[in-house]
Amino acid sequence: MEQLLEILEGLHPEVDFELADDLIDAKIFDSFDIVTLVAEINAEFDVAIPAEELIPENFNSAEAIWELIQRLDEE
Amino acid sequence: MSFTSINFLVFFGILIILYYALPKKIQWIVLLVASYAFYLFAGLKYLGFILFTTITTYLVTRYMDGRIKAQNEYLKEHKAELSKEDKKAYKKQVKSRNRLWFILTIVVNFGILFFCKACLVDPLHSMTDSGVISFLSVGLPFGISFYMFQSMGYVIDVYRGKAEAENNFFKVALFVSFFPQLVQGPISKWEQLKESLFAPHPFDRRQVAFGLQRMLWGFFKKLVIADRIAVAIGTLKGTEYTGVSFFLLTVFYAVQIYGDFTGGIDIAIGVGETLGVIMPENFIRPYFSKNIAEYWRRWHISLNEWMKSYIFYPITVSGPMLKLALKTRKSLGKFGMRIPVYIGSLLTWLGTGVWHGFNLHFIVWGLMNCFVIVISEELNPLYEKFHQKYSWSNTRGYNVFQILRMFVLMNLIRASDLFNDVGDYFRRMGSLAWQFNFHVLWDGTLMNLGLNAVDYVILIAGIVLMFLVSFFSRDDVSFRVKLQKIPWMVRYLLIFLLLLAVILFGSYGIGYDASNFIYNQF
Repeated sequence: MEQLLEILEGLHPEVDFELADDLIDAKIFDSFDIVTLVAEINAEFDVAIPAEELIPENFNSAEAIWELIQRLDEE
Repeated sequence: MSFTSINFLVFFGILIILYYALPKKIQWIVLLVASYAFYLFAGLKYLGFILFTTITTYLVTRYMDGRIKAQNEYLKEHKAELSKEDKKAYKKQVKSRNRLWFILTIVVNFGILFFCKACLVDPLHSMTDSGVISFLSVGLPFGISFYMFQSMGYVIDVYRGKAEAENNFFKVALFVSFFPQLVQGPISKWEQLKESLFAPHPFDRRQVAFGLQRMLWGFFKKLVIADRIAVAIGTLKGTEYTGVSFFLLTVFYAVQIYGDFTGGIDIAIGVGETLGVIMPENFIRPYFSKNIAEYWRRWHISLNEWMKSYIFYPITVSGPMLKLALKTRKSLGKFGMRIPVYIGSLLTWLGTGVWHGFNLHFIVWGLMNCFVIVISEELNPLYEKFHQKYSWSNTRGYNVFQILRMFVLMNLIRASDLFNDVGDYFRRMGSLAWQFNFHVLWDGTLMNLGLNAVDYVILIAGIVLMFLVSFFSRDDVSFRVKLQKIPWMVRYLLIFLLLLAVILFGSYGIGYDASNFIYNQF
């Protein structure tokens, strides 16, 4: 999770990712951020996030992203 | 059948009566019959196109969904005895079988769309001298760009396991052909539309009234504003209009396309509301955006969402792109991770350009949008620093400046729509740098564009009204909801005046043909 938080802070240093739970709804993340994040996650965790998982529910908070990584890793 | 024809009003009147008079459980069948009747008005020759897409959509979604359900059942039954690798391999096998039919359906359907766009029509060659587009002279199957994207979106969602396939062929047929969306969208997703499209709807006075109000507002924007200003646009396209005249053309076109496209969508969504069918919004006050990227999140939302979900994301997160990101990261660092984003953006904007038509100027239009968005995205960190350093950049006055800057920039990019000859467009863009012929604003040129003083007064009043409605909806509460709070007599008076304005000031007779909405050509 710490590694993920580092990646997220690299994208948006001004956001407190431990508290934020509306990254998509509040338009903090746009589509460019999401695909950059997917590439970073693939590089760091060796987990490929498919296009169909790129939905707001999976990217609204650091916790949701972490759950997605874990779920895809198990699958 | 155009939304702005007497035929449509008669058609809509009969439909509303039947829809609420007949038993609720057959309402969706009434809609299906009405949609095909509406479609056939465009010509019997187009029927084969929509039927082919409907049948292939139905068959492939049923097939894929059947496989996915059988897979899930099998995995559930054999949960204990299968290892993680076995499950993965089984899923992969099912997916690859589905993929074959999925790709075939997508390729054949989009192949038809591309063929139609490339061979059957060149939309802007059919533009008349008055600037109003005539559909009668061209052969693009009615609504094909809209129903095709809607159908293929559904096919992709089922393939991805994000939507369940519909068993009833006729319900799929209604989803594909639902008539308000055929003219110029919005492009709905299956999951968004299915509930309200097939559900029984008792007569809801408030909802019907809201729908009619929205339709009336759409007619106002289309007939009083867009079709009136179209004449001047036709004139301003003449080769002698450069410099400030060209700038004027870009502003006039911004007004026309806003009135035409948002007006048409207001009518479509309003028709849906009167029938209890809720379609997604296609615009969120786009001219109040502060940059081009934001504008595209608020203009033609359904197409842009489609492009993002089904083209931009799949390209940028595909295996080869992720591998490329890893490689470029080693040599270029953080910047390297963005390479897939740039490639994805470029291909998505090329796709959006081609969706509008197989013409060089649409491709140039797409590339200009892509270029501006990517540059501004990359400059974001600089903007952040700028806003932190200079407090005046966070004031309302600076916000207004950003909105005006976006408006002008978008107008200049959008004007490429108007010129088949890309060289001519750039020549006129260039004239902005050296030709300061401001005198056209007062030397009588404006009176020679096909509009008289009364037209200008009506246009200015109409534009002010559009601005006010948009401005007072800035808190995301619909203007109609606000209208409900004022005394009913004043409300009815306002609605009556709007109706009167449409009847008295609507541009009847100018390009008044079967389907003259600009986006109906795409």
